[in-house]
Amino acid sequence: MALDYDALNENVKKCQYAVRGELYLRASELQKEGKKIIFTNVGNPHALGQKPLTFPRQVVALCQAPFLLDDPNVGMLFPADAIARAKHYLSLTSGGLGAYSDSRGLPGVRKEVAEFIERRDGYPSDPELIFLTDGASKGVMQILNCVIRGERDGILVPVPQYPLYSATISLLGGSLVPYYLDESENWGLDVNNLRQSVAQARSQGISVRAMVIINPGNPTGQCLSEANLREILRFCYNEKLVLLGDEVYQQNIYQDERPFISAKKVLMDMGSPFSKEVQLVSFHTVSKGYWGECGQRGGYFEMTNIPPRVVEEIYKVASIALSPNVSAQIFMGLMVSPPKPGDISYDQFARESKGILESLRRRAKIMTDGFNSCKNVVCNFTEGAMYSFPQIRLPPGALQAAKQAGKVPDVFYCLKLLEATGISTVPGSGFGQKEGVFHLRTTILPAEEEMPEIMDSFKKFNDEFMTQYENNFGYSRM
Amino acid sequence: MRRFLISQAKTLADQIRRQHHTSRRFLSLLPSLSPPVPSPLLSLSRFLSSASNMSASDSTSSLPVTLDSINPKVLKCEYAVRGEIVNIAQKLQEDLKTNKDAYPFDEIIYCNIGNPQSLGQLPIKFFREVLALCDHTSLLDESETHALFSTDSIDRAWKILDQIPGRATGAYSHSQGIKGLRDTIAAGIEARDGYPADPNDIFLTDGASPAVHMMMQLLLSSEKDGILCPIPQYPLYSASIALHGGSLVPYYLDEATGWGLEISDLKKQLEEARSKGITVRALVVINPGNPTGQVLAEENQRDIVKFCKQEGLVLLADEVYQENVYVPDKKFHSFKKVARSLEYGEKDIALVSFQSVSKGYYGECGKRGGYMEVTGFTSDVREQIYKVASVNLCSNISGQVLASLVMSPPKPGDDSYDSYMVERDGILSSMAKRAKTLEDALNNLEGVTCNRAEGAMYLFPRVNLPRKAIEAAEAAKTAPDAFYCKRLLNATGIVVVPGSGFGQVPGTWHFRCTILPQEDKIPAIVNRLTDFHKSFMDEFRD
Repeated sequence: MALDYDALNENVKKCQYAVRGELYLRASELQKEGKKIIFTNVGNPHALGQKPLTFPRQVVALCQAPFLLDDPNVGMLFPADAIARAKHYLSLTSGGLGAYSDSRGLPGVRKEVAEFIERRDGYPSDPELIFLTDGASKGVMQILNCVIRGERDGILVPVPQYPLYSATISLLGGSLVPYYLDESENWGLDVNNLRQSVAQARSQGISVRAMVIINPGNPTGQCLSEANLREILRFCYNEKLVLLGDEVYQQNIYQDERPFISAKKVLMDMGSPFSKEVQLVSFHTVSKGYWGECGQRGGYFEMTNIPPRVVEEIYKVASIALSPNVSAQIFMGLMVSPPKPGDISYDQFARESKGILESLRRRAKIMTDGFNSCKNVVCNFTEGAMYSFPQIRLPPGALQAAKQAGKVPDVFYCLKLLEATGISTVPGSGFGQKEGVFHLRTTILPAEEEMPEIMDSFKKFNDEFMTQYENNFGYSRM
Repeated sequence: MRRFLISQAKTLADQIRRQHHTSRRFLSLLPSLSPPVPSPLLSLSRFLSSASNMSASDSTSSLPVTLDSINPKVLKCEYAVRGEIVNIAQKLQEDLKTNKDAYPFDEIIYCNIGNPQSLGQLPIKFFREVLALCDHTSLLDESETHALFSTDSIDRAWKILDQIPGRATGAYSHSQGIKGLRDTIAAGIEARDGYPADPNDIFLTDGASPAVHMMMQLLLSSEKDGILCPIPQYPLYSASIALHGGSLVPYYLDEATGWGLEISDLKKQLEEARSKGITVRALVVINPGNPTGQVLAEENQRDIVKFCKQEGLVLLADEVYQENVYVPDKKFHSFKKVARSLEYGEKDIALVSFQSVSKGYYGECGKRGGYMEVTGFTSDVREQIYKVASVNLCSNISGQVLASLVMSPPKPGDDSYDSYMVERDGILSSMAKRAKTLEDALNNLEGVTCNRAEGAMYLFPRVNLPRKAIEAAEAAKTAPDAFYCKRLLNATGIVVVPGSGFGQVPGTWHFRCTILPQEDKIPAIVNRLTDFHKSFMDEFRD
């Protein structure tokens, strides 16, 4: 046989990505059998009824079919500002959507991204240090591929984390060095945990090279404070780590105490020597926020304090894939420079955006409260991002049943939940958690009108499950 | 109180122990640590770039990410198609804007990359109609749309949207791609080959290149794993093998016989590699060839398939140029068809076929659409392929839709059929014409021979460089073919890629030039090239 399982790259076999793993596959099977499934396993807003924003779709449709622009009737179907914007983006390309762009992305769009970053942070941004990618995930993979030389290279990753990081580190043959977020402190980051993790890794011969922060957090949703970010940057400076700032949820903020502040801004605010020496790569996407354009595969990363020759090498690797898809580049341009007050499409755009964000904020609260009303379930508030990550305190009887079924306890729980209610979640073990503490991740994306019913359905299942498996001894937890 | 404190202390100790245990568990999931052992690299040296010329600012050891501390595989890999010469061209292009008089040409003509729409080729209208409707679905609710879009494009858009849950084109799809689109593609493959295709064997990807990377990742565990690649080859393969830490095992195409593939040479290279301790896992065949443009004879293909079965090699069939065949005596046959016609089934041969929306007559490079059809693997292996695909969630939806359109274009009787055929035939016949014109022009140059482009989008002429030119190149610390190409660029504004970027028999020099500039530009290109070559030879002739 040409290729049997044993001959496969071990790194491939080792890597896990629970977001589309066992639970999702089971849910898909059940769906094929006719069961109604509510997919809350992945941050995929449009799949749960969120409508695309109108303006960007108009612009991209015109770019897709430029012959429309020559038609005298085009104004009947498209507003003038969408038409103008389509012409603008087409002029930035070297042949429309169908030509490979610069491997780093269209210079004109990168310039718009740089301008956005400058407006957001108050510090200049260099388009030459911004690379557009087919989704932020591809960018993360490219940077990690650059940093990881072998299994001796460690990457600090929060636990719980979005498993793109663990999966990619596995695939690249590196080492994941976990640092624990503190659930009792609303998933706060304690620098002491960081120090401990690094010390431990080093004692095992690992060279810790980079640190990942996900802000707002996934699956945990916490928004880092400015003080926290300063601590982290100082830590990276002292420990000589490159900071990877996954900021894809920067538009998804559901509380007012901790607005989003970018790692770059904090770094620049800190001044010398930090601002000139701490190496930082920041990631963003069109998949999240209030855009939710997951299917476009559009993202970027911005590099700070990365040596020019390294930037060249990253460019070289990007060039092998030729170029990111041009439609998504235009979506990115539109996202960073949306309609402004006075533009024809502004009111509709503002209304649509506001509607989505306000609803997300409401749903974040509905879900948190809903989970907290359930027996043996404790849920931190979703400060940001798109997920809820309740802790499920499984009684010993459930742990026993899971063991007998040959399943990890939270997988057991989530499968039962799926079968009973059709709610497809991702078990906490897919993200990492403290030993013996179980969670599940769900999104806050189901339609607002359906939320009460979903939460009721969950509560009914959960409370029955808990009653069923609770034994005489009860249990004790933190 | 004491009891409380003791239990608190115990809880704290438990926590610390649990934390320690869990983090150890994470670390213990990794292979046991051993010091990195440098191993002999068996890749072709010409695909290695040495990490030389490090500037002082890069050796700042205080920074974690510097040239000397990044992944050496990144440093090693090369991709000449967008390499040095293109960088020079881009600088020239910038300078031309303000300094027109400084140059003997007034524009840069990029003949380095198969990017048709950047050189004036138009997209197929029907495809773009469907894509626009899928992007902005509310158009389908407007009566004015019927005045602006063809009926069949509207129908096709409806059909496609009905295959997408919630008609949500902005949602992540199934990690292999939308099922309904895979059904369409499978049907297209069956119509093309006369043998069935399973939609579950299809993985839609952001272009064919990511699919190639996925297979390399799967197949290569270390430099002891080798992949047989044609020389010359499209450097995605050499770069990808380098990035994934494997070994490239070259087999030489024979320029004298129109870039023919000899099974005896395959065998020889395979055996040599094995004798050096390399496990050769797969054979890459690019058909039609890139950069070489040859279309394999069916009999040759049968021999290749048999060879792979005998030797237990996965056949990686890069078929992205399947619609680009310009000669009446050759025809494209998919390797799948050839295998099935030999009655080789799933148990006989592992075959991965790559297709893309970037080439053919559609040339939709910027859309990033493509797929691989994976057959002959056991289910546990396929699960791993699926898993790797799922980490990136899915490929871009618009590209997926386009891949399905490319594999099921308008048919006779469809409203758009006639205009579609005019567009398609126009593009293909023009490509054939341009290929011939450029081939003839190149063959007319002193010391230059050029095999015909039977297919694909490139010409790969061989230039017999005089001794003096080679010496001048050496003095300039440049490869002779790169020296020639740079001179060509500076004299004419024409950008081509030196043959060393693709691999060639040592001591021979080539360059790759696309056939893609628009027809009206071809005479000027021919003239400039001819004039340049003459003066180059005048300067360096022995």
